[in-house]
Amino acid sequence: MAPVQAKSISCPNCGGPVQLRGFEHTLSVVCPQCHSVLDTSTAEVAILQTFQEKTQVQPTIPLGARGTIGGTQYEVIGFQVREVADGDDSYSWDEYLLFNPYKGFRYLTEYNGHWNFVHTESAIPEPSRSAGKFAMRYGGKTYVAFDSMTAATVYVLGEFPWRVRTGEAVACQDFIAPPLMLSSESTGDEVTWSRAEYIKGSEVWQAFKLPGSPPPVYGVFANQPSPYGARIGASWRTWLWLNVALAAMAFLFMVISPGRVAYSNHYAYFQGVKSDSAFVTPTFSLDGRNSNVKLSIHTDLDNNWAYFNFALINDQTGQTFDFAREVSYYHDSDGSEGSRNNSVIIPSVPSGQYYMRVEPEMAPGSPYMRYDLELRRNVPNYAFFWITAVLLLIPPVLTTFRKGGFEAARWRESDFGAMIPRGGGGDD
Amino acid sequence: MSSPQGNCPNCGAPVKFLWSSAVQTTCEFCHSILVRTDVDLKKVGEVADLPPDASPIQIGTEGAYGNKSFVVVGRIIYEYEQGAWNEWHIVYNDGTSGWLADAQLEYDLSWLTAAPEQLPAPARKGQSFQWQGKNYEVTSVTKAHYKGVQGELPFQYWDKSEMLFADLRTSAGDFATIDYSENPPLLFLGRAVEFDDLHLKNLREFEGWR
Repeated sequence: MAPVQAKSISCPNCGGPVQLRGFEHTLSVVCPQCHSVLDTSTAEVAILQTFQEKTQVQPTIPLGARGTIGGTQYEVIGFQVREVADGDDSYSWDEYLLFNPYKGFRYLTEYNGHWNFVHTESAIPEPSRSAGKFAMRYGGKTYVAFDSMTAATVYVLGEFPWRVRTGEAVACQDFIAPPLMLSSESTGDEVTWSRAEYIKGSEVWQAFKLPGSPPPVYGVFANQPSPYGARIGASWRTWLWLNVALAAMAFLFMVISPGRVAYSNHYAYFQGVKSDSAFVTPTFSLDGRNSNVKLSIHTDLDNNWAYFNFALINDQTGQTFDFAREVSYYHDSDGSEGSRNNSVIIPSVPSGQYYMRVEPEMAPGSPYMRYDLELRRNVPNYAFFWITAVLLLIPPVLTTFRKGGFEAARWRESDFGAMIPRGGGGDD
Repeated sequence: MSSPQGNCPNCGAPVKFLWSSAVQTTCEFCHSILVRTDVDLKKVGEVADLPPDASPIQIGTEGAYGNKSFVVVGRIIYEYEQGAWNEWHIVYNDGTSGWLADAQLEYDLSWLTAAPEQLPAPARKGQSFQWQGKNYEVTSVTKAHYKGVQGELPFQYWDKSEMLFADLRTSAGDFATIDYSENPPLLFLGRAVEFDDLHLKNLREFEGWR
């Protein structure tokens, strides 16, 4: 069979030639000369409507342009502007009709720089609920109710596989599962479902090889995928790995730089042996730069407590660091409280020859305690690691907040943003 | 049954059958409608010139769905208030036949199926039915008439001036049609299909398109 020939007709209003791009599928076409809407479904072309509009809209993608989306080439054969008149809150969007003689019809819509590639669906979605909101189940996905409005066609160009007229209004409902959106359009009891996928303006420009750059993007669109959606998981994963690295670093510090032991010894405490239990240690040297000193106490206390008064005294200058620590350890069949050990870090101790004055105390009637004292110079300071761990929290928390802001902006445009809608239609 | 071959009783041109069970065909040359009897072909009428249409499918188009291949052997063109659609009669490689509907390049496959229950006459839009564990909803009720026939059909053409169809769909893409031109009505079950799912070959060509 010979190829199907593209058809051309004469406008019955102005006599001008009208090329048809949609072959026999075209049921109506707008005369490019006089803008009359013509009915091409019968051999005798009839005038459906004469154009009243004085202003002309120039589609951003010209009629006749061809572009490849998802591996299929489509030609732009129709264009309409659809308007939602809602008092002060009126807005309009552009809709391009795409055609391929084998694959059929698709749509491209544009609003404030946001683009959607739309496919009419023949299967019917099932009413459902999602987190208290009215929703639709379709193709294994749940689409949440977003918006409902009445949209009227206010401007048309090109051809359509139905009898198009300006002024015709349909009731629309949108349900979202970003980057997808499911929409219904109803006139009377006729309901048509379509599924839209959000695409970037740059992808449209590339597909149709259009000059310049796509129109700027304003606001957040209903089914626009969140730029933070994938990043939130990634930033928390990064946070987790940085913490693992930090813990490894702290561990490494502990192993390679546990501090040098400046002094250590074993002691025993007997109550009542001397009236004063205080004593002084031999001198020892603390060297290096101004640095910390850590004193660790290890006891064999058993259901008892002890109190230690310490003074670290510089033998040459007399500079004294006074400090004290309590050690208490109690346990019974229900568990235990406290610890047999304790420690204290004295920051910024200059180098020099030192000795320590130690004064242990115990409750009267406590007979006996063994304990060890160990003095280490220059121990790692773990506060640094804790501060770093808190700072590392900042990026993931910020990203989480930004995603929240993005979602809030999305739902500000919704009918159902702040409230839970009452039930759903079609349940009666 | 005669051999699947013969000559047009009107113009003498050879008439070949692609499907051995065909009841009716049309002569490619003189457009006579021919019905097969036990002994020969009988002319029962004449089809008007087929209206121009832009379905990419034609008689002889081959395709495959699931694990069965098929060939297009005939068609009925229906006209309704909002345009026209094609019901392509397809014959599978296992000898069974079915229909491939092309309504403005939206495709549905269906097969004549024994009705699981008495079908309502006529179905109302929005009504739902449980068949084979699936929930079908009536999405349209359409009045249509024959605008043309071509090729081999599983029944004899007669002038059905006006026919009533109810289309039903499920949420999973299942499709059904109730054909009220017979009593009791006929039920066809099938699926909505994408063009690429049909793996079609030997399609028509379109000026300006590869």
